[in-house]
Amino acid sequence: MAVEWYLVLSALLFAIGAAGVLLRRSPLVILLCLELMLNAGTLALLAFSRSIGNQDGHIFALVVMVVAACEVVVGLGLIVAMFRRRLPLNVDEMRGLRG
Amino acid sequence: MEEVAFFAGAIGALGGAIAVIALRNPFYSVLALVVHLVALAGLFLLLHAEFVAAAQVVVYAGAVMVLYVFVAAYVGGVEEPIWEPIAGQRFLAPALAGALFIELSIAILGTGLKAISSEGPTIAAGFGSPAAIGELMLERFLIAFEAASILLLIAAVGAVVLAARRKQEPPIVVEEAGSGR
Repeated sequence: MAVEWYLVLSALLFAIGAAGVLLRRSPLVILLCLELMLNAGTLALLAFSRSIGNQDGHIFALVVMVVAACEVVVGLGLIVAMFRRRLPLNVDEMRGLRG
Repeated sequence: MEEVAFFAGAIGALGGAIAVIALRNPFYSVLALVVHLVALAGLFLLLHAEFVAAAQVVVYAGAVMVLYVFVAAYVGGVEEPIWEPIAGQRFLAPALAGALFIELSIAILGTGLKAISSEGPTIAAGFGSPAAIGELMLERFLIAFEAASILLLIAAVGAVVLAARRKQEPPIVVEEAGSGR
């Protein structure tokens, strides 16, 4: 398979993730859509890595995975904190940073 | 044979991704993301990224998704209101995403890079194996490796601080802008 196919698939997955971030209002689902976009990036990195026959892209992919794990941990911590304080789990109502 | 595997993985990944954004219940969205991640791990294997594929299944589809399932079950279903705060968001958002995809596709297919329309060079036997990745990580990319571990540590501490139960939580009410607390 030519590397182009993987890149187009990655672009498509990234666009789906972006659509999800724009459409959904639950912070949990928005985090899931961020995961979709990060994974699309990983796929592109690995495709380029295969295309030039160099393994450096794999290290990038692993670092992306670490960053995604950190983002998940902090994001889910925020969601749990919001839930505990009876705040609405809706990004349209949570538009202020105060408090 | 490779084409069949690629299209099977691509259909799984795309179906999972669409299900993530289309399903109303966040719990089902999380499960759809698991399908997406496993299908993507198959594509990683096709790209000879064996270690990354294994890490994807073990770390992502395993550990991270368990965290998601836990929080989705803890928080429960979130009622998403039918009304739209931004007029036409339901049509504008997919249009923007479509424009993004078209733009990326033009950038990819219109590029002058000759190498991307081939399969890539023939690669050595150990390409993407844990031994090769480990060697790279502990020699050339040692600083990145250490930075990643420090980042993980900070994130873990931050999550504990964020989610910790305080003695007296001040009740926060969502207020109109301008009224002080």
